[in-house]
Amino acid sequence: MIRFDNVTKVYPRSTRPALSDVNVNVERGEFVFVVGPSGSGKSTLLRLALREERATSGTVLVAGQDLGSLSARKVPRFRREIGAVFQDFRLLPGKTVDQNVAFALQVIGKPSSAIRQLVPETLEMVGLEGKGKRLPHQLSGGEQQRVAIARAIVNKPQILLCDEPTGNLDPKISLDIVHLLDRVNRTGTTVVMATHDADTVNQLRRRVVQLDEGRIVRDEQHGTYLAPVVPEESPVEDPEAVEDAEVAEEIGDLDPERFGGEDR
Amino acid sequence: MRAGFIAGEVWSGLRRNLSMALSVILVTMVSMFLLGLGLLAQRQADTMKGYWYDRIQVSIYLCTDNSLQPNCQGQAATEAQEQSIRTQLEALPEVKAVFQESEEQAFERFKEQFRNSPITGNVQLGDIPQSFRVQLSDPTKYAVVTSQFERAPGVASVQDQEKVLKRFFQIINWITGFSVFLAGLMVICATLLMATTIRQAAFIRRREIGIMRLVGASNWTIRMPFILEMLVVATLGVALAVGMLWVGLRLIFNAGFNQVVLNKALIGAGDVWALTPWLFGGVIFIAVLTSVVTLRRYLRV
Repeated sequence: MIRFDNVTKVYPRSTRPALSDVNVNVERGEFVFVVGPSGSGKSTLLRLALREERATSGTVLVAGQDLGSLSARKVPRFRREIGAVFQDFRLLPGKTVDQNVAFALQVIGKPSSAIRQLVPETLEMVGLEGKGKRLPHQLSGGEQQRVAIARAIVNKPQILLCDEPTGNLDPKISLDIVHLLDRVNRTGTTVVMATHDADTVNQLRRRVVQLDEGRIVRDEQHGTYLAPVVPEESPVEDPEAVEDAEVAEEIGDLDPERFGGEDR
Repeated sequence: MRAGFIAGEVWSGLRRNLSMALSVILVTMVSMFLLGLGLLAQRQADTMKGYWYDRIQVSIYLCTDNSLQPNCQGQAATEAQEQSIRTQLEALPEVKAVFQESEEQAFERFKEQFRNSPITGNVQLGDIPQSFRVQLSDPTKYAVVTSQFERAPGVASVQDQEKVLKRFFQIINWITGFSVFLAGLMVICATLLMATTIRQAAFIRRREIGIMRLVGASNWTIRMPFILEMLVVATLGVALAVGMLWVGLRLIFNAGFNQVVLNKALIGAGDVWALTPWLFGGVIFIAVLTSVVTLRRYLRV
């Protein structure tokens, strides 16, 4: 379903590759965690699979398409096969839950009869029945992420890509979200989830692909997430990446209770 | 559903960005009004030229019973005088063609020429004398005709229309040039303003655009609300401009001018309607092109 062959990605104005010579193959219906510290290339991997970025070298095959040769004109049709969920939810604040989910179908020209049927059905699946008329700011963080997941799967994509979907949520809610993704996976959708949340990975015991500095350092079925041991003297050339990593670490150390406000 | 959805997006977009939408309407209106003004002035000139320029360079008016000119001595030109003038004219090498216009023809032409003016009611058959209309092979040689026929028997007066018209057309050309120049500047303003408005609207809606791209909306679906928004405001602007041109022409130009300036053919509301499709077409072209070009950055996949 997703295949990376010798994929290297170097961003412009950067000397260090974000991914270097990555080989990975995700079969249809699999659930894969992509783990690793900040800056290890998890997001880049997902962005390549979404064709938000193009590989510098190597082949990216997703849903039967070679993304290296996929013309810009065909990208929209390709993306209809892929659902995506992000750490920051990306909901439209002026639209209700119903409208947010329906929006994804409206803009690809789905008939309104189908929309009227699919939206409540999907909201029920993610556990938000009866909340369709609420606005995003009236929901908790976990509920907002459920809306985002509903929007990502309402068109029944073959693949669901999740970039740190639990990054803004406290541990208990995170677990709920991962269980929801597990349920989505059991309906046949291939799920790839990037995370650095050890608890959720260890809970589910699914395939784990671990990245470090753009390389795959571990790929095991029913894996766990062992907290990465980053040697202090590891030379990182990009000063911004160091800063990002430090900031991320700091945030990671904070007591989740302090983010309680996010999760009403 | 899809049309309704897009209409909803357009409406909410306009509401969110109302002040910019209003400014685009106003700038489009002013630019198209000025352009229309210039083009109407040109059409006015063409209307007159079409009538006068090709046919007559010099008119030789013959005496009537009521002629006041001393050369006529209060008598209408005789058949013999008429015949002699014609023969002499045709003999001149400078003359390309001679038309004789009877009083009836002159009256008919006058009525046709002033079809938009209430003045026709005041003119009767016989008020305009019969005349020879002389077309010269070289319009600048009118002096030859003037000097030879001014004192000829039976001739009331000799007029060189071209001299008068030339000045008039020059003024009209100036007006046209100036208003088209201003219109050009305003069109540039309108285009830049449209681009800024779209950029701002796209920025306001960057979340929507991001999600549309993520879920695989086609580029045309993403563009459509912006293009339609621009079309709505630009079309409103042109409609207002056409309305102003029409009102200006009917209430000021036609109503006022026809009483004052008598011997010029005038344009009417029909000329505004003739311009309308061009103004609309031009603005729609600019609006769509500006939208598409401006949005390119937001649509890069």
